[in-house]
Amino acid sequence: MLELRDLAAVRSNTVLFRRLNLLLHAGEALRVAGPNGAGKTTLLRIICGLTEPVRGAVLWDGTPIGTLGDQYHDALSFVGHQEGHFGDLTAAENLRLGGPPVRAAAVTAALDQVGLGALAGQPARLLSQGQRRRLGLGRLLLRGAPLWVLDEPLTGLDRQGVALTAHLLAEHLAAGGLAVLTTHQDLPGLGGVLRELDLGTPA
Amino acid sequence: MIVQVFRRELLLAWRRPGDTLLPLAFFVIVGSLFPLGVGAEPALLHAIGPGVVWIAAVLATLLGLPRLFAADQHSGALEQLLLSPTPLALLVGAKITAQWLTCGLPLALAAPVLALAFGLNFADLAVLLAGLLLGTPLLYLLGAISAALTLGLRGGGALLGLLVLPLYVPVLIFGAGAVQAAAQGFGAGANLSLLAAMLVLATVFAPWAAAAALRISLD
Repeated sequence: MLELRDLAAVRSNTVLFRRLNLLLHAGEALRVAGPNGAGKTTLLRIICGLTEPVRGAVLWDGTPIGTLGDQYHDALSFVGHQEGHFGDLTAAENLRLGGPPVRAAAVTAALDQVGLGALAGQPARLLSQGQRRRLGLGRLLLRGAPLWVLDEPLTGLDRQGVALTAHLLAEHLAAGGLAVLTTHQDLPGLGGVLRELDLGTPA
Repeated sequence: MIVQVFRRELLLAWRRPGDTLLPLAFFVIVGSLFPLGVGAEPALLHAIGPGVVWIAAVLATLLGLPRLFAADQHSGALEQLLLSPTPLALLVGAKITAQWLTCGLPLALAAPVLALAFGLNFADLAVLLAGLLLGTPLLYLLGAISAALTLGLRGGGALLGLLVLPLYVPVLIFGAGAVQAAAQGFGAGANLSLLAAMLVLATVFAPWAAAAALRISLD
């Protein structure tokens, strides 16, 4: 359970948002909407604990994430604008060495699931933007963390990629996971569990 | 995940040999310039030799420091490091260790060859090597703090040099001093012990300081 309590954020002396209160339960996804500059990425970074809010707190299962520390990171998977791949490592090496220890078979299975099975030995710098996005999805699957935080996960993906993301997201939520994401595109098949948070125009 | 980060860094260094070879070549060239510049007077060269080797090692280290975290920051890998369930300081420690193994250790091992050009005898070479083996990891540990602090700043590279060089002064004094003390018959024990003590202290505290600086830089 993710809770945002009285959250406020400021960037270069303008208030991005304030008095943000929200409760996200297991099996629910939150889509953060708003025009460019509304503070979507900032909110996502605050939820991850990368940025400190000027006011308020983010709580995971009732405990502030600052208190949880690395315990919270165990429950969290973040894919940002930049996926964090290493260009000189192959797709498979990126998954194998990109996070906590995993079995080789799990890496192969994750690559197959995101449609990169044939490119396992390809250096990540040779992957297209959409393929890098898919590799980011592969890392999400491999980690199996309950909370996914995704910044523009659909950018650069083809139609099958969007459908794949939506499908994996639906499976994750059905298994009791949570997700917070930003996107300007439609996510098919997530009707009931997708909640909207509109940050509106920058104040 | 410490093992993953360590193996990743070594693999990346293997795939990008330039990151290792460039500081090494720089080290050898800077060191070789001195005999050309000050003339081939054996007594003079012998006197300045240890200091020159140490200064060249410090400058070569400085060359690679801005890259320590900057590449990972651009690719987003640094955020993943911050959000990992393993304590960040341990991961930073793994990164620094790998960086020293691939860049610092080659410098230390190449130093005796360079020092031959200054006419240092075998006993001096051994002390120089011991000093560099203790001192170069110290350079990387202290450098990591400054690299983390200046991450993402405009002109961060120059600022990094300004920040880190004063921190390197004690390492330089005791490192180069060890060879001089040995040559004058006082024994290098005191200097090397002090270097070792500084190394132990920095090993314990520098990764935590660098981790805290990274969190601030990425906020």
